[in-house]
Amino acid sequence: MGELAVTHFVVLATVLFALGLFCVVTRRNALGILMGVELILNAANVNYVAFARYAQTGYDGQLFAIVVIMLAAAEAAIGLAIVLGIYRSFETIDVEATDRLRG
Amino acid sequence: MSAVDHPTPAAYVALIPLVPLAGAAVLGLFGAPLQKRFGKGPIGWLACATVGASFLLAVVAFVQLLGMPPQARGAGLVADLFPWIHVGTLRVDVAFAVDPLSAVMILVVTGIGGLIHLYATGYMHDDPGFWRFFAYLNLFTFAMLTLVLGDSLLLLFVGWEGVGFCSWALISFWHKDPANARAGNKAFIVNRVGDFGFVLGIFLLFWTLDAHGHGTLLFRELRAAAPALAGERLWGVGVPTLATLLLFVGATGKSAQIPLYVWLPDAMAGPTPVSALIHAATMVTAGIYMIGRLSFLFAMAPATLWVVACVGAATALLAATIAVAQNDIKKVLAYSTVSQLGYMFLAMGVGAYGAGIFHLMTHAFFKACLFLGSGSVIHAMGGEQDMRKMGGLWAKLPATGKTFLIATLAITGCPFLAGFFSKDAILWAAYASPHGHVGLWALGTAVAGLTAFYMFRQVFMVFFGECRADPDVQHHLHESPAVMTIPLWVLAAGSIVAGYLGVPHALGGPVGIPHLFERWLEPVTGPQVLAEAGGAGGGEVGVELALMAISVAVAAGGVLLAWLLYVRRRPDPAVFSAALGGVPYRLVLNKWYVDELYQAVFVRGTLALAALTAWFDRWVIDGLVNGAAAAVRGVSALAGLFDRWVVDGAVNVVADGTYVVGRRLRRLQTGAVTTYLYVIVLGVLGSVALWWSWAGAS
Repeated sequence: MGELAVTHFVVLATVLFALGLFCVVTRRNALGILMGVELILNAANVNYVAFARYAQTGYDGQLFAIVVIMLAAAEAAIGLAIVLGIYRSFETIDVEATDRLRG
Repeated sequence: MSAVDHPTPAAYVALIPLVPLAGAAVLGLFGAPLQKRFGKGPIGWLACATVGASFLLAVVAFVQLLGMPPQARGAGLVADLFPWIHVGTLRVDVAFAVDPLSAVMILVVTGIGGLIHLYATGYMHDDPGFWRFFAYLNLFTFAMLTLVLGDSLLLLFVGWEGVGFCSWALISFWHKDPANARAGNKAFIVNRVGDFGFVLGIFLLFWTLDAHGHGTLLFRELRAAAPALAGERLWGVGVPTLATLLLFVGATGKSAQIPLYVWLPDAMAGPTPVSALIHAATMVTAGIYMIGRLSFLFAMAPATLWVVACVGAATALLAATIAVAQNDIKKVLAYSTVSQLGYMFLAMGVGAYGAGIFHLMTHAFFKACLFLGSGSVIHAMGGEQDMRKMGGLWAKLPATGKTFLIATLAITGCPFLAGFFSKDAILWAAYASPHGHVGLWALGTAVAGLTAFYMFRQVFMVFFGECRADPDVQHHLHESPAVMTIPLWVLAAGSIVAGYLGVPHALGGPVGIPHLFERWLEPVTGPQVLAEAGGAGGGEVGVELALMAISVAVAAGGVLLAWLLYVRRRPDPAVFSAALGGVPYRLVLNKWYVDELYQAVFVRGTLALAALTAWFDRWVIDGLVNGAAAAVRGVSALAGLFDRWVVDGAVNVVADGTYVVGRRLRRLQTGAVTTYLYVIVLGVLGSVALWWSWAGAS
């Protein structure tokens, strides 16, 4: 043991992903869901960087991680704007209450 | 012969009918405002002037004819106005022709017509429809002149129908009384029956001649082409016989002969000048004129001539018997007219065309005079027409009385008045003509006696004895104005002198008076049957004189009987009316019930037939139509069901299915974000699991 292996990072990323997924599917607060999405994205980033470091394949992984961070920032901006809009319409950000699109 | 084919052109002839037409147009279109503006005087003068102008032109034409050699005279004068119908082989122009026969007719129509126009200006003076009356009268003159001047059967027929229309309009002139309107309709409808035969006759002539390549309706061409008809037969009857019989049917309608005479007595509903002009002097003689015009054709059909003679004699007798018992002053004259027309047909039927036309002319004088005289009486009596309420008018109406007596003597056949010559010419022809028969002569002589009786009965009832009118009618009795008495005097003079145009050979021969009238008509009617018989020898002349004496004696007997009954009053007329249980009297009083018979057979029959056809129409024709409609409706109902349940059904099933599926599927859209997330997650996991299982299998 002693030496950090790629397996540790994979486990960490898996735990992070599981936490994020759990957060996304169980939260009723829209902000909580957005946070869960951030966790999932970061779990992916951890995997990108870890596999890039251990596979010695250049900087493709790191580059992708940066793209994902940017993407996450944009996603957060749009997601927050949507949440604000939801709040304006419903006076709440509880996703269980916002079911006007029900068929 | 070539001269016969080439009539002399004379354009002014066309003016003879057209001047009265212009008068009718002016009066008909502008009469009402003219009358309001200028009064009745100018209206009356205009109407008289147009007929007077026609009369002058007729005299000019007559004089021109007189100056021509006989052969050219037969071809006559012609004014060809314009082409009318040129279709196939049919070529008819509007052309007016004057030949000796037409010349006589136009002189009668315009001369006597003019006098009657003049008389009517007085007679109709108080009528508000004055202008309308004269418009019709002028139109009638035009139509009658077209009838006698038309140079083809077709143009003759135009005039024939024109006078029928004017007759209708003038009989119903006082149309506010439904009885008058009914009388007009009766005249028109009865005439229609005759016209039907007339038209068929024209068709048959043209059709048969056309088959020979001579298709024509022009009189002068018909005369040349007629021999081609000789051998032709249709339905086993000779075409000349059939065609002339059909034409004679038309003549029985227009000239009031059995069986179509019933309209003429009713036509007396019109104003008296109309009765004089149309229903005595001119229109009703159209049938006689037509036979005279087509005498060459009738001469080819002895059977028709026999029918014409018998119908004429029978009508003369029947109408005379009816006239004996009538009490309406105009009805007596009406039946007298029917009877005299019967004489004329008798003459035509025995081939004595000249004698028939001669009687037509003399009759026009004395019958017009009698009618106008009766009009003067009616005028004086304030509209009364019943002779039982008259009497003793001789002193009150001297001019009317004297002229009436002269005309009565003329119609009675008093020697050396007009009727004597013309009637004896007919009776002699009935006896001596190759087509004649002693029975026809006997009938004619009996009618002469009846005529004398009923005419003098009328004279005695109206002008002699006690006046039976109401006191205030008596008080107002007055002679008519000069405008009415002058025509009476002229016509009375005509009733005396007109006969001298046709002095019989038996009387005129010895003293050198020729039979002017027959010689005048010879180019049209051919050599007279009479001329041959009369010129045969002294024995024949003796017979003729004896027959003349018999007829005069019979007439004198009639006059004497009338005098005994209605002046001396012994024996009383009631004795006669009560004879044989009163049956004969009631029969003639009620006109042999012919009107009732016609009503029962023809009017009711027509109505029954109409009811039958109406039933047929309703139940069979309409039934067929309605059945077809019901069938179509049924088929379309079926098609509608198919459309609704099969075509629409398929469409609806698809639509409903889509709807139901959509309804179910919308449940998937819960609107809850978490649900979507679960689905996404499960979907991804499922996909991955699938991929693994697939990857693992390969």
